Amino acid sequence: MYSRGPRVIFKDLNLTIKRGEVTALMGPSGTGKTTLLRLITRQLIPQHGAIFVDGVDIASLNQSDLYKLRQRFGMLFQNGALLTDLNVFENVAFPLREHTSLTNRLIRHVVLTKLHAVGLRGAADMMPAELSGGMARRVALARAMVMDPEILIYDEPFVGLDPISMGVIVRLVRRMNDALGITSIVVSHDVAEVSTVADRSYLISDGKVAASGSPDELHAANSELVRQFMHGMADGPVAFHFDAPNYAEQLLGRDSE
Amino acid sequence: MTKWGRDIYDNAVEFLRTFGAFQLFFLRLVRHSPRMLVRRPGLVIKQVYNTGALSLVIIMVCGFFVGGVLGLQGYSNLARFNAEDSVGTVVAMALIKELGPVITALLFAGRAGTALSSEIGLMKATDQLSAMEMMAVNPVRRVLVPRFLGGVIAMPLLVAIFTCIGLFGANVVTVDMLNVDVGAFWQQMQATVDPDDIREGIFKSIVFGIVASLLAVWEGYNAIPTAEGVGRATTRTVVITAIAVLILDFMITAVML
Repeated sequence: MYSRGPRVIFKDLNLTIKRGEVTALMGPSGTGKTTLLRLITRQLIPQHGAIFVDGVDIASLNQSDLYKLRQRFGMLFQNGALLTDLNVFENVAFPLREHTSLTNRLIRHVVLTKLHAVGLRGAADMMPAELSGGMARRVALARAMVMDPEILIYDEPFVGLDPISMGVIVRLVRRMNDALGITSIVVSHDVAEVSTVADRSYLISDGKVAASGSPDELHAANSELVRQFMHGMADGPVAFHFDAPNYAEQLLGRDSE
Repeated sequence: MTKWGRDIYDNAVEFLRTFGAFQLFFLRLVRHSPRMLVRRPGLVIKQVYNTGALSLVIIMVCGFFVGGVLGLQGYSNLARFNAEDSVGTVVAMALIKELGPVITALLFAGRAGTALSSEIGLMKATDQLSAMEMMAVNPVRRVLVPRFLGGVIAMPLLVAIFTCIGLFGANVVTVDMLNVDVGAFWQQMQATVDPDDIREGIFKSIVFGIVASLLAVWEGYNAIPTAEGVGRATTRTVVITAIAVLILDFMITAVML
């Protein structure tokens, strides 16, 4: 269980992410998908329950062991989270400079290879402030891959990408997973793109797993909630409107006078 | 317990909690400092440049005019007793023991302290510190310690420069403009100013450097990660540093007299 103040975000949440698969975490806005990623990476700690990575309860790790574990992770943040005082090249080189003793020549080789994979080798000398949102996210992806992690976590990787970049990134996620045996966790609203890349999807709603299975299984599911989400319908168990007083009463009530 | 009593109790507990966290934070910075100085001196030097060299213009301009006004005031008062030749002593004592360290610390809080707080606060708001955590890089060690050390090293240097420029300003005003004898101005100063006076100024500059830098990184690191939160943290840095510096100045002077 994890709650923020009086608001319970997750309760009785139970899910397994299999090694070597692309697992998608989907759900309506505000269900806590990003919070779940932060729990998986122990940026947050649940009040009850446990999270195991490779059989180890991550809450039991001391800081040194946690950092060792995190070296096996790569994470793409929703907004890129590039270091604003470093240029694109140095941003991607950052983990290598911090954790390895590679020569500058070798670092240059690795960084340019990763930047080439996301199509931004030509932007190596640019500063983060000069990049568009989509470009910043692609640089962040290159940075997430640069240490060749075992587990790659993507928080909304497809937001703000043009169709060409989107296609390339979707194929890249899939290809890296297949070629390098990486375990990928993708948080996304984008049902169409997730369906092309994920092996298994979890649909999270009301703090627990509402449905799980392959994208085809979710598309064919009978549950009203799953159908509403997968087909983007306005009517269904998930309300479009946040809890609010009666619309007419609020508009015509005394407060408006 | 009455509501009043409960409020006082809650505020006292909160104050003690924050003060305890502040002390632990300081110890964390101190613990990482020697390693940072030895293994990553480049990061520290960059911050000495950012906090020190970039504050030079404001320090030198203010130093010149503070020295000048001390010269004017000293001259006009001492002339009543035909003691205008002692103006050099008065200016030197005031600058070396009090105004040099105090005004430099206040200017440092306004120029470098705010820059440190807002930079660290913005890094937090844009997930840059979380991204470092995820790359298994300790943001306290990588971001905060070099900035803290940069301020601690820069402050005594800035105080020395402020004091020297202040003496030069006083020389320009009293010797060049008010025709005080140049020999008397410098000779009386040399005869009266004791090494203990200089030691007191140096000690104050080190203490103020630690306090101003510590408060700046603390406020930035604990800023609420929003535009408003970063703005408030920046304002608090100046206000709290000013109060702390003036209180500490009184305490150090009282002890060293």
